[in-house]
Amino acid sequence: MSVILVLLLPLIATALVCLPFKKSWAAGVTVMASLATLILSARVAWLVSAGDSVTSDLSIGWLKWIAVDGLSALILVLIAFVATTAAIFSVGYMAHGNLKPGKLRLYYINYNLFVFSMLAIPVLAEPTLVWIVVELTTLCSALLVSFENTREALEAAWKYVVLSLMGAGMALFGFLVLFAAMQASGSTDAYTWNNLIAAAPAMPPVLLQTAFLLILIGLGTKVGLVPMHTWLPDAHSQAPSPVCALLSGIETTSILYVILRLFPVMQGAPNSHAETWAIVLGLISVGTAAFLLLQVKDYKRMFAFSTVEHMGIILTAVGLGASVAGYGAMQQIVSHCVTKSFCFFAAGAVLIAVETRQIASVRGLIRQSPIAGAALVFGGLAIAGAPPMAVFLSEFTILKAGLTQREYVATGLLAIFIVIAFFGIMLHVNRMVFGTRENENGAESSNNHSEPENKFHLPFSCRLALILAAIPVLVLGFYIPQPLHDLLTQAAAALTK
Amino acid sequence: MSDTTNQLLVNLNALVAGLFLLTGFGIVAMRQARGCLNLFIVQSLLLAASAVLLGLRYTSDHLYGVALVNIISKPIIVPWLLRKTSPSEIYTRREVDQGLNIPTALLIALALAILAYFLARPLLNAVAPEFRGPNVPIGIAGLLLGAFTLTVRREAVPLLIGLLAMENGAFLCGIAIARNLPLLVELAIATDGLIIVFIMGVLTRAVQKQIGTTAVGELASLKEATVEPAEKEVAK
Repeated sequence: MSVILVLLLPLIATALVCLPFKKSWAAGVTVMASLATLILSARVAWLVSAGDSVTSDLSIGWLKWIAVDGLSALILVLIAFVATTAAIFSVGYMAHGNLKPGKLRLYYINYNLFVFSMLAIPVLAEPTLVWIVVELTTLCSALLVSFENTREALEAAWKYVVLSLMGAGMALFGFLVLFAAMQASGSTDAYTWNNLIAAAPAMPPVLLQTAFLLILIGLGTKVGLVPMHTWLPDAHSQAPSPVCALLSGIETTSILYVILRLFPVMQGAPNSHAETWAIVLGLISVGTAAFLLLQVKDYKRMFAFSTVEHMGIILTAVGLGASVAGYGAMQQIVSHCVTKSFCFFAAGAVLIAVETRQIASVRGLIRQSPIAGAALVFGGLAIAGAPPMAVFLSEFTILKAGLTQREYVATGLLAIFIVIAFFGIMLHVNRMVFGTRENENGAESSNNHSEPENKFHLPFSCRLALILAAIPVLVLGFYIPQPLHDLLTQAAAALTK
Repeated sequence: MSDTTNQLLVNLNALVAGLFLLTGFGIVAMRQARGCLNLFIVQSLLLAASAVLLGLRYTSDHLYGVALVNIISKPIIVPWLLRKTSPSEIYTRREVDQGLNIPTALLIALALAILAYFLARPLLNAVAPEFRGPNVPIGIAGLLLGAFTLTVRREAVPLLIGLLAMENGAFLCGIAIARNLPLLVELAIATDGLIIVFIMGVLTRAVQKQIGTTAVGELASLKEATVEPAEKEVAK
């Protein structure tokens, strides 16, 4: 029942937000609803990790459409977590823009619908229905990307919609071919992920391979795999920062989840090359993103490219196979999600402090706004993979697993790219936070005089969101709680047949 | 049903599928937004016709449902939604600067259609004989032509039509090879198509307000090399 409730809450919140009350009403409702969603989905995850079934109280008709296993529960709880912190961050961030009440209400309506469409992805068990909610995530977030209504934001939204839907068109064909493959195998069961795994050995390999490639490329567009990533840095940099946190932190991951669902199916078929595809596409993504990170000019784009990099790392880890790498991939999903959302909150704080997105025009941030500066350094270090933060631990697990699998070339390349990306990110962050303006030293001292008056105070809710988001980034770097460990193990088990 | 009727239905379906392919070519080549929309409506009706014919041939009620959903959503609601959401002048716009001139675009489209036949062959060999037919290759061709339309067009409406045409292509395949999909799924996909039209219409209106044109192909400022203004700022 709580699974259904998780899906209903954002919809109820959408309806409540529509009511024309004061400005703070919409924000408050959204925060409360996402908090409740977080608690409920944490309970679902808890039950799943303890081995209980959470769907047993559903009637038979529902069971066909809804199923929650370790992997789904993991994604579900991550979505709810980012939705909560982003909702808290939105309160202060959106208040800063001095928007009209109607426009603000529109933001929260779209926000809740977007969260709903994402929550539905891991919960649904029917691939074509999953395809539809994937499509809905694009459509619900399109107006959030274009929210600031500037020329650039509209361009980003347009590219985002057209490319994502183009990919979705291919993926739809892939899902239909997959259905045909299941019919051809003689299976008469309902079209769900689990029945697909059961039917896989009898499927005609050519249909299965075609479907896999179509879905990998089609949904890979929305995950941001190179070379289909071109829209991602645009959309993920132009949207308001809390939305960026959702888009980059969890939307990409939840689409990647759909691709991951196909790996156990592919393992059932004789000589499928799903792992090879994953490693190749993954490494291309990591490599390209690492080099692009060196030359970005916009700090929000920098974090967007880092998302491309991390999606590549996760896909490579899945491709490396074996239970250890699978566990590493799941750990990487968690750490990327919490860290990247923190990074975009930090970027949002910087944006309200300095009001420019250009790296070159931000210098000496630590003096101008200590909180934003410190958050940016912390976020940069965390996402680049410095110890003792979460990303370091998960990347370490993946590399270790790669070595024990004797995949020396892939693991070596992965390690090199991660190091390059580390330097790329830290170079820019360091300049922004501690750098002095290059040209004139005299102006530097006059800057110091004028500083106290434009010293900037971050809204309370933004600070709260930053602190909440920072806790898991730090804690998961050296300690993984037992329930989470169980959940990760189960999720990794769902990756293999 | 007798063999002659069956043969007739199969032949009719082949004719309908052929016409479907022609409309795909038309969408690539048509310069006027209004014409594009009309061709798309014809294409959706052909898709519905193919569903009815296959439904008669294999006595599948489910395919009638698909046809009904298609007839209601695409030729009626899509144009209505477009008129509601986007500025009315987009219909009259002619596209002067296509990415490619029309003969070249049509030649490439032809190559794509031939490619679709080669792509479809291994798939057709893998499914049962009753699933074979012209729908699969032509559906793939429709998908590819739709994607091609997306790459060469610059105007908002033809781009939207390209997206919907891709979906039509996938569906033309779908009614042949994935005949037993639950109707709920079909309904949801149709609704989804309508949301696409709505969102893209709203975006088009916003674009027109902001930059005064619906030629979205001209939006190309977001690149890695947009550093000049900021550098000037620093120099000041």
